[in-house]
Amino acid sequence: MNLQGKHLIAPHDLTMAETDGLFALAEKIIAAPEDYADVCRGKLLATLFYEPSTRTRLSFEAAMLRLGGRVIGFSEPQSSSAAKGESLADTIRSIACYADIAVMRHPKEGAAFVAAQNSEIPLINAGDGGHFHPTQTLTDLLTIRHEKRRLDGLTVGLCGDLKFGRTVHSLICAFARYTGVKFVLISPDELRVPEYVCAEMHDYSEVRDLADALPELDVLYMTRVQRERFFNEEDYIRLKDSYILDAAKLKNAKSDLMILHPLPRVNEIATDVDDDPRAFYFRQMKFGMYVRMALLAALLGKA
Amino acid sequence: MEITSISNGIIIDHIRAGSGLKVLDYLNIDTERGSVAVVMNVRSSKHGKKDIIKLENYENVDVNVLGLVDHNATVIYIKDEKIVKKIKLTLPEKVTNVLKCKNPRCITSSETVPHVFHLADKAGKYRCEYCDSAP
Repeated sequence: MNLQGKHLIAPHDLTMAETDGLFALAEKIIAAPEDYADVCRGKLLATLFYEPSTRTRLSFEAAMLRLGGRVIGFSEPQSSSAAKGESLADTIRSIACYADIAVMRHPKEGAAFVAAQNSEIPLINAGDGGHFHPTQTLTDLLTIRHEKRRLDGLTVGLCGDLKFGRTVHSLICAFARYTGVKFVLISPDELRVPEYVCAEMHDYSEVRDLADALPELDVLYMTRVQRERFFNEEDYIRLKDSYILDAAKLKNAKSDLMILHPLPRVNEIATDVDDDPRAFYFRQMKFGMYVRMALLAALLGKA
Repeated sequence: MEITSISNGIIIDHIRAGSGLKVLDYLNIDTERGSVAVVMNVRSSKHGKKDIIKLENYENVDVNVLGLVDHNATVIYIKDEKIVKKIKLTLPEKVTNVLKCKNPRCITSSETVPHVFHLADKAGKYRCEYCDSAP
């Protein structure tokens, strides 16, 4: 696996072999993090967050610090020259003069692609609007792979906002490459998976009822309705409570079901599910940091 | 109605009737460089009716984009009153600044970048290079 100097903008930017290579590296880091404590010493990560983030930004920062590197950046556009009207292209050209690698989140779809076209340093997409979020996908897949020891032959339910959910789009595009993966898409009609994502799947069904779909699932990926992507508040209010997973619904689910959620959660998973051994959404976050450590090291040629 | 032939230039034939002006617009040519004729609703044995465009004294015209408007059209190159080349149009793999992305969440709505679309399937679906939306 040689990923030195590459950008990660969309899930298909990594081949399956490269993705599996990153998972293998992440597992090595999990087993012996001290062996990697200095691999990025002297390297600087720029975190450019034009949109709010808790987990993604902090996990990238924690990942770089745990590799011995350092971090600069901003966490809101008002504190950058974007507030003065600077173009994204000019901002990334400037950042490339200071840092060795950059991670960017932006509300516009395709923003990371534009930034990468103007970047001489590796650029990682940490979410571009409702489009893609490839490092959340690495997190999700590593969590499943670590627990189930495979990614092939699984039945994966995705529930909630499948239209604006960038983590959903990325996960489907990457997961669909594995053999025998079957998708069950559970959403209201207005929040169905976009056509360009449907085109990636070989085997999928679209349903409306979560309880009916649950018994056949190996993985359930819950998502919140993305309030910030709606232009009309009324539509958001009408759809926001479409699906709520609670302990009662889980009675008919498999005993080895994995419940994932990219977080933040609003109310789509009731708190009575949190202590269920099938709930992986909090454990998932640690995998996110480890896989981001693997990614940063690989893109910097330090893996 | 009689339309004279041209000695040197390009003829775009078999354009779907009514699309001639749109095709000319997509060609984005300097109309002051030579003579340009758009002939509409010409009788055609194949299609019933068709439009034809004749561009006299034009050589280097980017016709690839025309596949997007009417991929059944034929482009004929004329030199010294003889046909030197005839090409059937196909859907272009990539078009730049021809289609516009209508997704208000796309980066093209706020950043000055070219509007680029890629052919996604054989049926002629295109997707925005930035946000994957259809045009």
